[in-house]
Amino acid sequence: MIAYLARRVLYAIPILLGVNLFTFALFFVANSPDDMARLQLGIKRVTPEAIAIWKHAHGYDKPLFYNGADQGLQRFSDTIFFEKSASMFAFDFGRADDGRDIAREIRMRAGPSLEIALPSFVIGMMTNITFALLMAFFRATLLDMWGVVLCVAAMSISGLFYIIGGQFLVAKLWHWVPISGFESGLSSLKFVILPVAIGVVSGIGGGARWYRTLFLEEIGRDYVRTARSKGISELAVLFRHVARNGLIPILTGAVVIIPSLFIGSLILESFFGIPGLGSYTLDAINSQDFAVVRSMVFIGSLLNILGLMLTDISYTVADPRIRLQ
Amino acid sequence: MKPVILWTDGLIFLLIFVLCAFAWYASKRPHLSAPWKKVGESRSGMISAVVLMFFVGIGFLDSLHYRPADGKGAWSVQVLSAFDALASKMRTRTETTYSAPFATHSFQKEAVLVDGKPERVYPRLKYGGAELHDPARDEIPDVAKRVLASWGWAILAWIAAFVALALALAKGRSLKMSAAMILKGESNHPWDAMLYTLLALFLIFFPAFSLSSHYHVFGTDKVGQDVFYLALKSIRTGLVIGTLTTLVMLPFAIWLGILAGYLGGWIDDVIQYIYTTLNSIPSVLLIVASVLMMQVYIDSHPSLFETMAERADLRLLFLCMILGMTSWTELCRLLRGEALKLREMDYIQAAQAFGVSHLKIVTRHILPNVMHIVLISVVMQFSSLVLAEAVLSYVGVGVDPSMISFGTMINAARLEMAREPMVWWSLAAAFLFMFSMVLAANLFADAVRDAFDPRLQTRSALGILKRVIGRNPQ
Repeated sequence: MIAYLARRVLYAIPILLGVNLFTFALFFVANSPDDMARLQLGIKRVTPEAIAIWKHAHGYDKPLFYNGADQGLQRFSDTIFFEKSASMFAFDFGRADDGRDIAREIRMRAGPSLEIALPSFVIGMMTNITFALLMAFFRATLLDMWGVVLCVAAMSISGLFYIIGGQFLVAKLWHWVPISGFESGLSSLKFVILPVAIGVVSGIGGGARWYRTLFLEEIGRDYVRTARSKGISELAVLFRHVARNGLIPILTGAVVIIPSLFIGSLILESFFGIPGLGSYTLDAINSQDFAVVRSMVFIGSLLNILGLMLTDISYTVADPRIRLQ
Repeated sequence: MKPVILWTDGLIFLLIFVLCAFAWYASKRPHLSAPWKKVGESRSGMISAVVLMFFVGIGFLDSLHYRPADGKGAWSVQVLSAFDALASKMRTRTETTYSAPFATHSFQKEAVLVDGKPERVYPRLKYGGAELHDPARDEIPDVAKRVLASWGWAILAWIAAFVALALALAKGRSLKMSAAMILKGESNHPWDAMLYTLLALFLIFFPAFSLSSHYHVFGTDKVGQDVFYLALKSIRTGLVIGTLTTLVMLPFAIWLGILAGYLGGWIDDVIQYIYTTLNSIPSVLLIVASVLMMQVYIDSHPSLFETMAERADLRLLFLCMILGMTSWTELCRLLRGEALKLREMDYIQAAQAFGVSHLKIVTRHILPNVMHIVLISVVMQFSSLVLAEAVLSYVGVGVDPSMISFGTMINAARLEMAREPMVWWSLAAAFLFMFSMVLAANLFADAVRDAFDPRLQTRSALGILKRVIGRNPQ
């Protein structure tokens, strides 16, 4: 197992390198550093000197991949690509365009993001599983049919509708919670409740329907029939046998998301004014701050790879027959 | 009038041509048409297909673009579509600002001189209900009269469709018998349900269109544009995103997936590396970063685009490509797994033993056997892409701001709920149209999946076998 994990960690390095190369190409092939400088300084009437100064200040005054003017390994290391991506691997993200330290900003904003993402994930999972079990218990009845119909309808509603509708109803009409904003500590609860609730509600349609199929697949198995033929009540069959086995694919499938919860949700956070990583990314997009977007892509990929590794581990925990080699 | 074929138009025409060609090809081959027959027997599938066809019709009309003459011997820089020409009243009759659905007076007070004294009143709208003398008294009878008249036309049109269908299905029987068969649902296909859906669509949209040239059915937005027109125009954008994205990504996904699975070795390693790398970037961030770069590129090269519509259109196409780039990896992984399985099948081994070339094996034996996976993932993706467009446009990384889409409508209306009194109709129209389109697409996708997924089929086939021989066939 440890050898397997070590190999996975080693395998992550070329992937991260690839991610870096890809984002780098994305950022610099279509738009040269000159274009970026012009954009930052205002498109019209920019003197070449101003561009040169901007490029020097932000470290873009070197060749992209290959520096012919240098000797030996310096030819590769004294380039924009090497400098920008090597520092990423050391978690040194540099500074945003407004001069703030990106790493510090990320540390500060991960907390509020988690406060939204973690509860919506946990509560969402539990609600979805509950609804799915309910539909599976009443399978092939009117209740089940209408449940599925409602799920499909809920899936077809845009996430924006849930947010706008929820904000309007709960915050504006009923005045239960503030419309948006955030405070740290315990008082954050009143700001967090509504986004979490909306996060949960908007996921029910797709989640409950998907879990229902997983449970129904399990109900068709032979061991369930055996359990039933022993005379165990349908409720006991469902909870003692079906739910336990059906939960394995559900939980292992959900593990992959857990690390990515740090990144938060772009939309929810921006709607509710939560100072998390999602709204940070969104602000960076709107002000076209490449350094921030690049850092977020790197961190997101890192967490994603971590999630895939955790998934593999969770398989061995859930099912002892699986051994990682 | 000078026809203009924008990039997305061309791709849509290509797509329609390919679909027609495939339909013709498949209709002669029972193994290809059998699963489609099953789709045709599904009630919810066919009802949603009728609704989808309605949306596709509008989207298609909206894809026939042209540049009208500007009256001075040159072509206008404005690009219009056949749909714009049909709905020219809705398009050109813009008010100055917000007005509620069916309103005859403006939503905001304006200073008007009454008897020489300035007074703040709600002025009459320029077009909405402009023919009425006394709107408070005349409006409801006028609307009722128009609705009833258009319902007459709707029912006539529906009867025509009914008779045409009955004639087409008659096959030697009398028209009466054929019609009775349709209404009683005695055919394999749910013609009755489809006809009732059509009737419902007619009863909704005939009055809506007829009223739209006299009133603003869904009100007007901040700059006075008719919201019903905007919602109808958004349909094309949604359809383009939903279909062209998959069209763009399919070649990558299919070829790379099959090659990886079939050839194995270092090719497999390289392709796996590529898609693992792309897959490990969170898709939202990847889309955002790509769109951001495209935006910068378009902004710094304004000379490349002749008209605004061309720029908006190319941006839409790029958006499709970017969405495709982020979504092909999943299908590629599935296809690789399937090709790995198929490679070991006896018929592939036999073909290899006969010395059939790799290219021929892939195109003749593997490709047709993975098409069901491709098809299922294409139809399943459509609705999520339509929804994604709205979110992306809302975030500001979606379609061009000048392009009408559900996302830009919602984005423009984002602050309207906070107004006092509230402006609800823009959001309501955008969400309503988007919901009906996505719901229809979801239901249709379910019907297609049920018909094509061999897992579901084997299960039901096994069930039949069990019932017939009374024990487990294994």
